[in-house]
Amino acid sequence: MQSKQIFKIGILVVALSVLAACRSSGDAEEAADSSSASESARPGAASTAPALSQEEIRAQNALRQTVFYFDFDIAEFKAADRDTLTYHARDLAANPNKRIRLEGHADERGTREYNLALGERRANGILNYLIVNGATRTQIEVVSYGEERPAQTGQTEQAYDRNRRVEVVAR
Amino acid sequence: MRCIFAGIFLSLIANSLQAELSIQITQGIDNPIPIAIVPFSWQGAGVLDEDIAQIVMNDLEQVGEFRALSRSNMLSMPSEEQEVFYRDWRVLAQDYLLVGKIDRAPGGQLVTVQYEFFDINRETKLSGEILTGSVTQLRDMAHTISNVVFQHVTGIPGAFNSEILYIVSEGAGPENTLFRLEKADYDGARAQVLLESGEPIMSPSWSPDAQSVAYVSFETDLPRIYVQNINTGERRQITNYPNINSSPVWSPDGSKLAMVLSKDGSPDIYVHDLLTNELMRITDHPAIDTEPSWSRDGRSLVFMSDRTGQPQIYQMELGASSYDIERLTYDCFQCAKAQFLPDGVNLVHVRRETRQNPMYHIAIMNIETLRTFILTDTSLDESPTLAPNGSMIMYATKFNGRGVLDAVSIDGRVKFRLPSTQGDVREPSWSPLLN
Repeated sequence: MQSKQIFKIGILVVALSVLAACRSSGDAEEAADSSSASESARPGAASTAPALSQEEIRAQNALRQTVFYFDFDIAEFKAADRDTLTYHARDLAANPNKRIRLEGHADERGTREYNLALGERRANGILNYLIVNGATRTQIEVVSYGEERPAQTGQTEQAYDRNRRVEVVAR
Repeated sequence: MRCIFAGIFLSLIANSLQAELSIQITQGIDNPIPIAIVPFSWQGAGVLDEDIAQIVMNDLEQVGEFRALSRSNMLSMPSEEQEVFYRDWRVLAQDYLLVGKIDRAPGGQLVTVQYEFFDINRETKLSGEILTGSVTQLRDMAHTISNVVFQHVTGIPGAFNSEILYIVSEGAGPENTLFRLEKADYDGARAQVLLESGEPIMSPSWSPDAQSVAYVSFETDLPRIYVQNINTGERRQITNYPNINSSPVWSPDGSKLAMVLSKDGSPDIYVHDLLTNELMRITDHPAIDTEPSWSRDGRSLVFMSDRTGQPQIYQMELGASSYDIERLTYDCFQCAKAQFLPDGVNLVHVRRETRQNPMYHIAIMNIETLRTFILTDTSLDESPTLAPNGSMIMYATKFNGRGVLDAVSIDGRVKFRLPSTQGDVREPSWSPLLN
């Protein structure tokens, strides 16, 4: 529930920043969870550089988001996730040995075979975006679980919202 | 009697009993046929594990056409023809009478089951036979007797010897779920695990000879199609194409598997020849094409496609141009998972009528008149599978938040449920007739 709340705030913040039509004002993006982000960013920073730039912090925050949610019956990822996914793509481009798996999922409504296909369609949407933004096809494996592996069981809208997702899993 | 000897073999290799299902009748018909089923007499020592008369009674009541007379209301308990007085049954307003007796077969472990079936109004014996088998096959012999009674009264072959395959998932939390492919009698009795995995198992489908099952397993972390011999457990992987490999369905002659592969970009229908391993592409469209099902003659496939934006049902001849596709459904928001009844005109499918109302029902549509009949009133119904005699449809739905298997007669009048004692049960697949 709490993560969903944060997520909603995140969407709101991103939406606002898009409205402002100002890319640098994307700083607001990490305002939602800046406290935890800056804390966990520091230890890594100490070994490589004296301090992380704002851009590096943004990138690290973006990479921490590994689950992307979808609207009912929609295969396109949410506009709010575009910047985050761009950071994922850049990370893959910068680390050619990195391999990930995109796991597509659907909620339980509709037939199982169709949901298997919908999960793949969602994951492919993200796959294509990552490739367009610099990732290499061989770095990414796509698998759909359809409705077979729900994140949350139950016949509620909340469960359905949590289950329509693509998860980025490191390999 | 072949089924009984197959039964011996099965019981030898049977795995531990799992997730026992037991039937509840949820809706019957208004005027069921009254039938008296007298407890079969047993001449041997000890007590038998199975009550044949009770099993026959359950079989006949489950399909809704019959109402069995309570034992406590019987005026006599005949076990063979000489002991039958028609008047005893006519005063109780019974139309039919079944009696029988069980004996040790001479010299061995086997037992004989003699049954006799009477029409009370016409005062005639309709059928009688002596079956032989081991005591572990009493249940099979009971189902065989149910088939005889059912066929005599309704004119339709009984399917009480048939079996079902289904998937069970069980466990706390997404990471600890166990998936099982199980087989049981049609009424849920004698469940047996065919495969257990920590990764999903989907889409079980019987071969037409009922010797094998095709299914999808994620055991390699990717969905791949396997074929497993039900009796020996021997299995082989059939596909290893990139992306989705799903929905295997046997052709009526057993030589091919229709399936769904997305190796060329989006899910399309393919036919894999099991003898030559040749792969034939059937559909070629950037939208989702899935859920193939064979026509009775094996010459065409019905399938679901969302090429117009939402799932609708289409039909295509094998070998036809990919432009030569007939759309069968128009009047639903989503129509999916279609299968023809034996008449080749009525199409069983999953139907969601409108975008606003997220209810998924099992329905039958006549493709000539376009008349549609919704059979179920639960809201998350899916995976319909037809009884081998065409009389009932089993499907998966949710009850109290759990996956259960329900069945409904094709006229919608009779319903029964197989509640599971544990886990989520889904994706039933009803066997061919086992004789």
